Amino acid sequence: MEILHGIFIDPFITMYELPDLLVQVLWEGFVAGTLYSLIALGFVLIFKASGVFNFAQGIIVVFGALSLVGLHSLGIPAFVALFLCIGIMFALAWLVEFTVLRRLVNQDPIILFMATIGLNYFLIGFGEGVFGGEPKTMITAELGLPTGAFDFDILGGLVSLQQIDITAAVTAGVMVGGLAVFFNKTRIGRGLRAVADDHQAAQSVGISLNHIWIVVWFAAGIVALATGVMWGARSDVSFALSIVALKALPVLILGGFTSISGAIVGGLIIGISEKMAEFYWGPLVGGSIESWFPYFLALLFLWFRPQGLFGEKIIERV
Amino acid sequence: MSAETLQSNAAADAAPGQTREPVLQVNNIEVIYDHVILVLKGVSFEVPKEGIVALLGANGAGKSTTLKSISNLLRAERGEITKGTIHMNGKLTNDLTANDMVKLGCVQVMEGRHCFEHLTIEENLLTGAYTRGSSRAVKDDLEMVYDYFPRLKERYKSLAGYTSGGEQQMCAIGRALMARPSIILLDEPSMGLAPQLVEQIFEIVKKLNQEQKVTILLAEQNTNVALRYADYGYILENGRVVLDGTAEALRENEDVKEFYLGLSSEGRKNFREVKHYKRRKRWL
Ligand SMILES: Nc1ncnc2c1ncn2[C@@H]1O[C@H](COP(=O)(O)OP(=O)(O)O)[C@@H](O)[C@H]1O
Ligand SMILES: [Mg+2]
Repeated sequence: MEILHGIFIDPFITMYELPDLLVQVLWEGFVAGTLYSLIALGFVLIFKASGVFNFAQGIIVVFGALSLVGLHSLGIPAFVALFLCIGIMFALAWLVEFTVLRRLVNQDPIILFMATIGLNYFLIGFGEGVFGGEPKTMITAELGLPTGAFDFDILGGLVSLQQIDITAAVTAGVMVGGLAVFFNKTRIGRGLRAVADDHQAAQSVGISLNHIWIVVWFAAGIVALATGVMWGARSDVSFALSIVALKALPVLILGGFTSISGAIVGGLIIGISEKMAEFYWGPLVGGSIESWFPYFLALLFLWFRPQGLFGEKIIERV
Repeated sequence: MSAETLQSNAAADAAPGQTREPVLQVNNIEVIYDHVILVLKGVSFEVPKEGIVALLGANGAGKSTTLKSISNLLRAERGEITKGTIHMNGKLTNDLTANDMVKLGCVQVMEGRHCFEHLTIEENLLTGAYTRGSSRAVKDDLEMVYDYFPRLKERYKSLAGYTSGGEQQMCAIGRALMARPSIILLDEPSMGLAPQLVEQIFEIVKKLNQEQKVTILLAEQNTNVALRYADYGYILENGRVVLDGTAEALRENEDVKEFYLGLSSEGRKNFREVKHYKRRKRWL
């Protein structure tokens, strides 16, 4: 009886009585959610255009952030380092295309998947080898990112928004908006969607798959870099972050592997629900449910909608 | 009248398969899928500039494989040209990529249309101009395509996946035109369409050939329609060319009448019902 009360009644009473706290929790969840969305977005881009389940996407997030901090620690100015990192992301995209995709095209998806697992461990090993394995601090101030907080006296309490969180949410919004414009309004964006739809037909009109693959991996790399910087600024930069990056998986299950809006909404749902669960229901089981709750939610979701929230519209042949 | 037009008229009057310079020369090609399945066993033919040439034959004869060998879409299906050569405008193209071929002016309209379903009709057309960058000329060509296919203009905002089979066929042809090709490889445009629509599409193809000077290499099972619009035809059977001639000559040929047009002295007959050995005996 008491436990049911704890699950179904108490949390809601708390929400009602302390609305400022609720807003705070929702905000934290929202910010985490935007970052999950970004990781998932990078993943969806690659999956749509090259049919590759990129296991390494989370690591690329960490790798990007680590390169940035690492380059800066060598005495390179922050913004120069940032541009160098963009260059590194391009090099990575090119390398993946040249050494993996090009060679393994037409092979089973599982083989490409294995290749991305290989890439995952290569990046960890390479990153640790070059920049060292110890956790680092993001060069937040050097990049000119704000660090203070805005406090609002509302709802009978205090809601505090970290400026870096606001920056993260805005960055995520800009990235998504930028990608939307890129996809829908540019020639290469159109080519990318064409490849995602029918790669043979895309080749028949002269779209080079190799170019498109480099473009998507590069785009996913840029998104990953931005995510890494924001994330690193909120905690620290180390490969332990990749555990968090793996949360992209439940996001993808929720959102569907091929849907960009699914990745965004899925990320927000996972972010918000895990923070809510942690804060309101966590104490019942001694806390720390944040780390597994998203997987639980995804599993639950699989039972009811295996194609994902917005599982791509399947067009029936007329 | 200029000397050039006089000359081309003179050429048109002669047998179309022979005199005009060929855009495309396929010389004794052999194609293997998956390293083991031999599909084309020495196919040769020519496509003259600004002609309409038909590759005819039953399902599985190797028509699509032939077109894909030319457009170099073969590799994506693990197919390979193991012997023979293909020249376009005198240039050896065996080892080029599909992308190179489009840039050289050779575009394939694949069997089954293959429109980009989640792109609108207009976006589909624009992808056709992918290799040309975005320019003023592309906009003009979009209008040109809409003039030939007014139906596409009406539906320009619809997702291609939601349009009818005929509209998708028009979209696929229009998309190919957007590359400003000198030759279009057209694979089974009649497939799955009502006879009236087939006629309409062939009319437009003929018009494109005459007005835009696009050379057409057509693969068709619908021998009847194909021979009415083409100048010259090759009949493929089992990966080999078994017969060729002007469209007129083929239409009059007794074997073609019997096996491919379903007409014969004994009355109408479907060539599928004719025993295979009999067909082989006649032509090999
Ligand atoms: N990708 C492929 N792999 C293996 N065999 C194929 C492939 N594509 C076609 N074939 C075989 O090649 C032969 C010719 O096919 P195709 O060129 O499609 O003929 P058509 O277009 O005349 O119907 C058929 O026997 C078919 O089974
Ligand atoms: Mg075919």
